[in-house]
Amino acid sequence: MKVYLDNSATTLVAPEVIESMLPYFSGDIGNASSVHSFGQRAKAAVETARRQIAELIKAAPSEIVFVSGGTEADNLAIRGIAEAHSATGRHIITSAIEHPAVLATCEALESSGFRVTYAPVSSAGVVDPQQIREAIKDDTILVSIMQANNEIGTVQPLEEIGRFVRERRRAGASNLHFHTDAVQSAGKIPIDVDDLGVDLLSLTAHKFHGPKGAGALYVKKGTRLGKLFYGGHHERDRRPGTENVPGIVGLGRAADLAAQELSERSDRMRGLRNYLEDSLKQRLTDMKINGDGAPRLPNVSNVSFAGVDGESVLINLDLKGIAVSTGAACSSGSLEPSHVLKALALTKEEIRGSVRFSLGAFTTQAEIDYAIAVTVEAVKRLRELAPAAEESARASL
Amino acid sequence: MYTKEVEDHLANPRNAGELIEPSGTGDVVNQVCNDRIRLTLHIVDGVITDAKFKASGCPPTVAAASVLTTLIIGQEIERAAQLSRNDVIAALVRLPPAKIHSAVLAIEALQGALDCINNREEVSGAKK
Repeated sequence: MKVYLDNSATTLVAPEVIESMLPYFSGDIGNASSVHSFGQRAKAAVETARRQIAELIKAAPSEIVFVSGGTEADNLAIRGIAEAHSATGRHIITSAIEHPAVLATCEALESSGFRVTYAPVSSAGVVDPQQIREAIKDDTILVSIMQANNEIGTVQPLEEIGRFVRERRRAGASNLHFHTDAVQSAGKIPIDVDDLGVDLLSLTAHKFHGPKGAGALYVKKGTRLGKLFYGGHHERDRRPGTENVPGIVGLGRAADLAAQELSERSDRMRGLRNYLEDSLKQRLTDMKINGDGAPRLPNVSNVSFAGVDGESVLINLDLKGIAVSTGAACSSGSLEPSHVLKALALTKEEIRGSVRFSLGAFTTQAEIDYAIAVTVEAVKRLRELAPAAEESARASL
Repeated sequence: MYTKEVEDHLANPRNAGELIEPSGTGDVVNQVCNDRIRLTLHIVDGVITDAKFKASGCPPTVAAASVLTTLIIGQEIERAAQLSRNDVIAALVRLPPAKIHSAVLAIEALQGALDCINNREEVSGAKK
C-alpha cells in the first residue's frame, strides 16, 4: 500500500485541475500578451484564474500578482517593501518560526543594513501579538508573520496583529506594511484579507492540489512595491515574464475547488488527523503532539516519539510505502535540527524524535489505519532496539 | 539517500539484542548526536562465537551495528580487531559523508568489547 502523508511538502494535482490545464499546453498555446486570438484566449484564462484566486482570499482580482510559487511571493513581498520604503525606515519584524523563504530573505536584508526583529513563539508555537505590537518602532516598514506554520501547523493570531498594525498606521506610521506567508493555510482555512488586515499575502498552488511552479502574491491596492525582476510590463508592472498559462489556470482551478469544498475537506482532514493522533496516543507511551493546545491547521500532525530517531521512523515507514517527513522538508539535507522545533523549546530528544504527518484532501481512512499500524510497529521496534538508558556508555572519541 | 543495504539492516536488523554473560561488552555514545551502540560478544578459544547489538540513533547507526555483527561472528578476535570503519562502510556499500560517524561508532563499540576481554584476561592472568 502506498500512503502519501507529506502533503505539507507538496500535494497531488486534482484530476479536475489537470483537465483544466491540458488545453493550454497544445491547443490554446498563446502568449497572454499577444494580440491575436490565441493570445487573447490565454489572457482570458489568466484573468479567470485571477478571479478564482481573488475569490479564495476575498480580494479584488486586480490585487493578485501571479508568480512562480511561495518562495518568489515571499521574496517579492519582503524585498519589494524593503526597496520601495527604505527611505522611510529600515526595520522589519518577523517570527522565529517562518519558512526559510522569509527568514533567509530577512537575513539577506540584514546584511544590506536593515534591522530585523525575530519574535519568539510560545511553547505551543504561537507568536504573541503584544510582543509584535511592542516591537513596532517608528522606522518599522514591514511585519511579516506566517498564517500557519509548515512544520507544526499552528495558526498565528493574524487578526490581532493586523489590528495593531492598523492602530499604528492611524497614529501616523503610513509606511508600515503587513505581510503573511499563507502557503500552508490557503485552501485549508477560510481567508479574508480585510479581516486579517494584511497588505500582502503569499500562496502557492501545489500545497492545495494544484501544479508546482504557480503561485500568487496578493498586493493590496495602493501598496508601493519594488520589483525582483526587470524586462516587461506583465502583471501590472509588478512581475515581468511570460505568464505560465497552464500553471496559472491550474492554480485558479485548484483555488476554485478548494473554496467550494473548504469546510468539507477541512472537516474530513481534521477528523482523520485527530483519529491518527488519538490512536497513536492509545497505543504508544511517551509521545507528544507538538503545537497541541494552539489552533492548528486541520491536516498537520507533528509528533515527538521519545527515545527514537525521527529519520529512522521515516525510513522504516518509507520501506512500507508511507511518506512522512522529519523537520521542514526543505532543510532535511542539513544536519541542523529544525529551527521551528528549537523555537518551541523542545528538548533535543523531542526534536530528534519528531515526525510530521500531513494529510491531503484525498487521504482516506484506510490509509490512516495503515499508517497507524506501521508507525506503532516501527516506534516499538526502534525502542526495543535501543540500549537501556540505565546502562552506562563510554563517550565516543 | 541510503543504500538498499542500509535500509535492509534498519528494517531487518541482524543479531539484535543482548547476550547473557557476555565475554566482552562495548557501549559507546557519540556525545554530539547522542547515537549509541552497545555490543556484547561471546568468545570461545579466541573466536567470536556470537555477537548481539543494541543501538539508537540515525538509520546508518543501526545499520552499522547490525552489519558489524555479521562481519565478526565466527572471526578470530585478532582478525576482528583489525576491522576498520571502511570495512563497515563497504559492507553497507556506501554511507553519506555526514553519516560516516555511524561506522566509526560501530568500530569503537567493537574495540570497547575487545578491550574489555583483554582487560579481563589480564586480570585473570594476574590471579594465576
